[in-house]
Amino acid sequence: MSCWETIADYGLRSLGIGERLLPRSEFTLCQQITLIGSGMIWNVYFGLVALVTGFFLATAVAVGKAQDNPWLRKPSEWFIFLFRGSPLFIQFFFAYFSFLSLKSAYPFFDPFTSAWLGAALVLFLNTAAYSGEIFHGALQSIPKGDLEAADAYGLSGWAKFRRVTWPTMLRLAWPAYTNEAIFLFHATTLVFFSGFPARQQMGDALYYASYFADKTFNPFVPYPILAVYFILVTLGIIGAMGLANRRLNRHLPQNQRRGLRLRPGAALMR
Amino acid sequence: MFSFCTDPAALDGLPWFACYLTTGKHLAFYAAFGTVLLLLAITAPLALAFGFAGAAAARGPAPVSWLGKGYIAIVRGVPDIAFFLFFVIALDQFFEWIRHEIRCPDWDQPIRRGNDFLVCPEAKLPLGNAAQWVHETYGFLLAVLTFAIVFGAFAANVLHGAMQAVPRAQIETAEAYGMSRRQTFWRVLVPQMWVYALPGLSNLWMVLIKATPLLFLLGVQDIVYWARELGGTKTPQFTDYPHGDWRMWYFLALLVFYLAFTRVSEIAFARLTERLSHGQATAAGERQRRAAAA
Repeated sequence: MSCWETIADYGLRSLGIGERLLPRSEFTLCQQITLIGSGMIWNVYFGLVALVTGFFLATAVAVGKAQDNPWLRKPSEWFIFLFRGSPLFIQFFFAYFSFLSLKSAYPFFDPFTSAWLGAALVLFLNTAAYSGEIFHGALQSIPKGDLEAADAYGLSGWAKFRRVTWPTMLRLAWPAYTNEAIFLFHATTLVFFSGFPARQQMGDALYYASYFADKTFNPFVPYPILAVYFILVTLGIIGAMGLANRRLNRHLPQNQRRGLRLRPGAALMR
Repeated sequence: MFSFCTDPAALDGLPWFACYLTTGKHLAFYAAFGTVLLLLAITAPLALAFGFAGAAAARGPAPVSWLGKGYIAIVRGVPDIAFFLFFVIALDQFFEWIRHEIRCPDWDQPIRRGNDFLVCPEAKLPLGNAAQWVHETYGFLLAVLTFAIVFGAFAANVLHGAMQAVPRAQIETAEAYGMSRRQTFWRVLVPQMWVYALPGLSNLWMVLIKATPLLFLLGVQDIVYWARELGGTKTPQFTDYPHGDWRMWYFLALLVFYLAFTRVSEIAFARLTERLSHGQATAAGERQRRAAAA
């Protein structure tokens, strides 16, 4: 069987399209690369869904935490504490078993016990909490002069937030937010190891990598393949976020523009 | 545990729970919290040592610095859980291979045969006839080493940054006094870097706490294992304490445990920072001075 046939058979295996039976003996390099790559579809799906939806909730949480009114501030603080103070792994387990219990009472929760919705929901809330904290920090460090200038122009309320506060907040938060995006994609590998079932062995990249490592007793092939895929994704994130960073900083004079200098020491992780 | 626990079926309410929560398996569950704390107590200094070695290597001459920088960089690009799954098998095979080379020099068959990894029986780790506790301890030690390697890379990252943050003038002054590279490193750089490293290290400690449930994936019988085991539906045939699917409540308990643990650590680190800032020429130190003066 040539490698092209393997790709045709297994390229979309993680979505349930193509050959159903996984290889059971003679695991070729091509099979491992194809199946682990196929699993990456799930990692990218979880990462993108959580990142895009989480972005909006994170903004709301950050603004909420910056309020003086305790009715708005306390819920945001508790939300951030709850999701940042506990391990994502335990959050996944708790969410899965809660959905399982809810399902028996209300059939509405049936789809939540599948990874595509349940795990995505947990990741959405989790990244919203982490990003919310980052955005809150940025919100606190907006230069006073920028806000005074907005007042002087007669901007207030929504217009001031939309045109001055929010873009400045994003600009300041962007390097840390890029870190958060990278670690969010890394965190997606936990999904199928934390209760959520990989139905018909349709799992993510790490699921297939550990499948091969278990079958061949040779961790030195599948895990480096996985590592290469993730390094590519990481580089992709840094590239895409760098473009966004350029756009956020486009009004600054050339010598004040900051490249996307990632401070690894400040990395946030789960 | 209690004298009234002889007939659980006759109990209900509070006494039932008192008996249920003190069964042998529950005591093993509580002991597993000790396992987590033990892991943290061993791993944290070990990871710091790995991190220190990595950070020092990254500052060294060319070939050594590549090693140090590669060690720091790779963990940033690849999910940590992938490293956990990788190192547990890889380290195990590495140790067995070394023992194989030493103990069975005249073994002529290849070690990797198809999908098998076969060393001679004397090189097995632990030996096939070893007691159960030896197997468990070996598994735990592998887990500790794996944690130390992975979090050592994060610590190396933090310490490397802290070493860079020590003002350049300090190093230059040391050189002007005629100190050698080694003397400059140990007498000037290392004592000064901790203040800069503290925020990163406190963050790392939180990350380490939150990574402990991954012990479950390494095959150790930790709190996650027991929560799944004890929470599952129990029928009257197999246990004196039948109940429905309570896994949700067990994981809620774990969630609360971790929230309390990270909260306490957060407060402790805030106090430590406050104390270390005392008398320092930093914003925090200045604020303390003003508060005392006022």
